[in-house]
Amino acid sequence: MKSLSLILLAALPLAAAGRWGGELRFAIDSDPKTFNPLLVTEQSAGVVRYLTGGMLIRWNHATQAMDPELAQSWRLSPDGREIRFELRADARFSDGSPVTAQDAAFTFRTLLDPKTPSADADAFRVGGQPITVEAHGDRVLVLKFAQAIAGVERLFGSIAIVSPQALESAQDPARMPTAGPFHIAQYEPGAEISLARNPYYWKTVEGRRLPYLDGVRLKIRQDRSLEVNSLLTGELDLIDSVDPKAFGRLAKAGGVTAIDAGPSLDSEQLWFNQNPAAPVTDYRKAWFHDQEFRQAISLAIHRDDMARLVYDSHAQPAAAIVPTSNRAWNNPALKAPRFDPEAAEKLLTSAGFRMENGGLKDRNHHPVEFSIITNSGSATRERLAVLIQQDLARIGIRVRLITLDFPSLIERLTRTFDYEACLLGMVNDDLDPNSQMNVWLSSGPNHPWYPEEKSPATPWEAEIDRLMVQQSRETKTALRKKAFDRVQEIVAQQAPVIFLVGKHSLCAYGPRVGNASPSPFFPQTYWNIDQLYVRAEH
Amino acid sequence: MGPVKVAAAAGLALLAASSFAAGWIRPSGYAVQFRDAPAVAPCARFPLGTDELGRDLLARMLYGMRLSFLLAGSAALVSSAIAGLAGIATGVLGKGFEQVLEICFNLLMSLPWIFLLLLARALLPLEMPAETSVLVTFLLLALLGWAPAARVIGASARSLRHSGFTLRARAEGAGSWRLIWFQLWPNLQRLIGAQFLILLPGFILSEATLSFLGLGVGEPLPSWGGLLRDLEDYSAVAEQPWRVAPLILMFLTVACLQSLSGAAPCAARRKI
Repeated sequence: MKSLSLILLAALPLAAAGRWGGELRFAIDSDPKTFNPLLVTEQSAGVVRYLTGGMLIRWNHATQAMDPELAQSWRLSPDGREIRFELRADARFSDGSPVTAQDAAFTFRTLLDPKTPSADADAFRVGGQPITVEAHGDRVLVLKFAQAIAGVERLFGSIAIVSPQALESAQDPARMPTAGPFHIAQYEPGAEISLARNPYYWKTVEGRRLPYLDGVRLKIRQDRSLEVNSLLTGELDLIDSVDPKAFGRLAKAGGVTAIDAGPSLDSEQLWFNQNPAAPVTDYRKAWFHDQEFRQAISLAIHRDDMARLVYDSHAQPAAAIVPTSNRAWNNPALKAPRFDPEAAEKLLTSAGFRMENGGLKDRNHHPVEFSIITNSGSATRERLAVLIQQDLARIGIRVRLITLDFPSLIERLTRTFDYEACLLGMVNDDLDPNSQMNVWLSSGPNHPWYPEEKSPATPWEAEIDRLMVQQSRETKTALRKKAFDRVQEIVAQQAPVIFLVGKHSLCAYGPRVGNASPSPFFPQTYWNIDQLYVRAEH
Repeated sequence: MGPVKVAAAAGLALLAASSFAAGWIRPSGYAVQFRDAPAVAPCARFPLGTDELGRDLLARMLYGMRLSFLLAGSAALVSSAIAGLAGIATGVLGKGFEQVLEICFNLLMSLPWIFLLLLARALLPLEMPAETSVLVTFLLLALLGWAPAARVIGASARSLRHSGFTLRARAEGAGSWRLIWFQLWPNLQRLIGAQFLILLPGFILSEATLSFLGLGVGEPLPSWGGLLRDLEDYSAVAEQPWRVAPLILMFLTVACLQSLSGAAPCAARRKI
């Protein structure tokens, strides 16, 4: 909970004084599906929203805290059921019109309208209770919730304030006024989006309005395999997500700065199918339900080798649900299991497994072998699985690797449950544990090892359910952290999901870019877009 | 046979021999991970270097070539056998059967085979070992790929059916089996052999395409397509030019096969 917050810009990490003017160029995957910032569902539209949208408050990648933006201050009531924003007087849309509390109220009323198919609205609709939106004068916005929403402030970081006029012109984005650092100047479908600076942007430096840049050019490239070359030739200025193999080459290239920004929120993991209705032989189900078996598998996997060989050391052995980069929610007591095949063998012996003729057998002499499914086309995951194959062969377990096209894979994971083990990644773009409710609640649709349980199948799953619900209702951050730490401990002890490696965020930028301060989180390289500048070209 | 064809046959024999001697040339095998030596350049220990997991690339290339030869060869054999049977049947059974077969050809040739393969792969039981799964995939390829060859053989069989020596044999009371054995088969066998040589590179390329998409031969089994996936990042090839070796070898193999298939007759040679 935050009492009255007024964080001065001076408290932000100091950026060097930049050069005014110029254009930054980088690539996005596809045409945005929408320019309406309230309807964003995919990354390209998210990039445009990030660069053009004016938020009341925004998450600062450096401090990992919310910063004031269009709202110069905000206050959450002690019971967490009311949040009051005071808008800054000098906030303007790109057409010069003021950003008022009425605009903010219009934004939230539209967002929360059941007729608006907004992905961002769901997080506000706790228990389906209505939310009251009030504008007090031109500068105060009050939102009242029927019940407290844990970590509610972070939700405002993705809501761009719009005026009624802006939404009317969302079909013609070049006419749409925005309150962020840029507005859309031109859109050529399939080719590029040109953004121009918002001449009325509120943030200033040395008495001049930021951003330093005159514009940003977003090149639409569905095939991004040429991106590395484009960066090397200077056609593009930055790449937000670099493949580990290409990263090494970029790091060696002159003029380019390649940065390993540290652990991202994305991880790769393995889990066994524990759905009792799964069409898997009973004796294998019994192995998968055995905590000692799962722990033994976890101990027999050489995570350091995975990070070194598959990611060129741009990854680290994963310890738990939350990576170390998420400072607010990581449980520092949890360490990645060390590679220890001897300890794995002891656990297996204790669970009734025996080595016979070079192969591991269970109590009833069934050879221990299982298949791992993963998606085809991912060389990285295939390599991880091949390493697991060799690691487990050391303790007498035979693993078959099966790659499936993505729809077939999802069919098996969510409908037929016809699989034994699965290797997949978890992509996170939110640091708060509430964003993982659908994964860790036993009733959750994305509960990996047994989705949508009618009731928790085991006492430890019931305990996780209780703790996840508890943290979602708690407004005191320390108590939420305590509950979620315990969830992480239970997952580490029970190993229903075996975390393999946490990938690092790798990005690179060209010699023109100034003030870059990459972070591990999206958008890695241009999260401080209003501070970035381009150097003069000679 | 001209000098080009002789060279092609010799080259192919050499490639096939080296692939079948893979176990002797690289006794450590294709799957062993030398994790202390990932992505090393060619050296005395690893003449073609290693991949990212430290696996011997020469071993993987030789074993991959063997697998491609075996799989594509078997598929081409099955396909040309079916095509031969269908073609001969056209020659013997006459117009009605010919029309039915023509409908089959058209249907087979308009099937979206990549989707059928995807579907088949998705439906295969997980218990199935990787080797069997690959065999099933190639059997499907063989069952889907015989139509063009059957059309060519059928056309020759038709012309043989109306040839003077066949008519004479019929007039002398030869039955269908006798016609097949003594008239059609001797005249069509070289054409069927040529179709086998035409189909073989097609199946080799199909394997490469499927494995390139991650849907062919599964890890840790090596295959040409699997090895070619490393070339996706073409800018990396400039740093590790030896990585193109499987591509060159596949190109040579397909070129040799194409040269040899050109040596075979395009139409049946008549033996009376």
